[in-house]
Amino acid sequence: MARRRAAPYLRLMSGTTERVGGSGDRDLVTSLRAGDEQTFATLVDEWSGWMLRLAQEHVPTRGAAEDVVQETWLAVIKGLDGFRGDAALRTWVYRIVLNQAKRRGVRDRRTVPFASLAPDDSGPTVDPARFQGPEGEYPGHWQEVPEAWPEQVALSREVHDVVAEALATLPARQRVVVTLRDVEGHTADEVRALLGITSGNQRVLLHRGRAVVRAHLERYFAASAAQGVS
Amino acid sequence: MDCNELVELVTAYLDGSLHADRRSAFVEHLDECPGCERYLEQFRLTIALLGEMPDETLAAPARQRLLDEFTDRSRRTDPEAP
Repeated sequence: MARRRAAPYLRLMSGTTERVGGSGDRDLVTSLRAGDEQTFATLVDEWSGWMLRLAQEHVPTRGAAEDVVQETWLAVIKGLDGFRGDAALRTWVYRIVLNQAKRRGVRDRRTVPFASLAPDDSGPTVDPARFQGPEGEYPGHWQEVPEAWPEQVALSREVHDVVAEALATLPARQRVVVTLRDVEGHTADEVRALLGITSGNQRVLLHRGRAVVRAHLERYFAASAAQGVS
Repeated sequence: MDCNELVELVTAYLDGSLHADRRSAFVEHLDECPGCERYLEQFRLTIALLGEMPDETLAAPARQRLLDEFTDRSRRTDPEAP
């Protein structure tokens, strides 16, 4: 039950400072205090990803997570001169994200416990109406074979938006797992350790999330095919 | 194995975490079921498309606002700044 996820996150984040500053936190903080815009921009680009994921564990929507990350960066800008440097810069930022996200999560009356599965993590992932009932010729088999998708599917602007929208509709835990596994390419073991969940639960969350994204794509391709015909 | 059962096992199949007997039942079903073959293919394509999504980051306007805020701060705290 204890929230001890700081360490794995920090591990995933490691290496960032080296790429940014060339030699560790002190230089980084010095550059930031000196108003080096390039350093700040690079930090925002490299760190906002894990900050968003961390925030999403505690708030219900992607929009709320973005707010948390923005508020955090603003707090960093304000607090730079007061930053004592006795913690690593990213540890300090991590704590700010966590505090802001928890406060926001409580306000929105939504926390996202990872350890166990939620009601939206059970039940069929494909509409049961797609399969023949007990009275059918082949109960449990497809009523109709799923429609073929276009021969060549690439991540066009439109397909990107469909996938992004699908991800946004996922329950937070499914979204975090799908993002870590499929978007960012972490292994099942990494994700399991990172979130402190069993491999079974990791798989359930991943499978459900993927099935929802597939269903969104299916609807999109069906709609574009119908438009193409008319 | 029926189709409505197979569709729930796709991620386990792809992860290689199905037990041997379940796995053979899965593959056997797949061999003779065009519907499930297509479902699996589309599931794989979905995963591939997810993999092409850019890493999460802040939306451009939000990012710009932060950079502006940072610049303002530097101007305020550094009287030498232009």
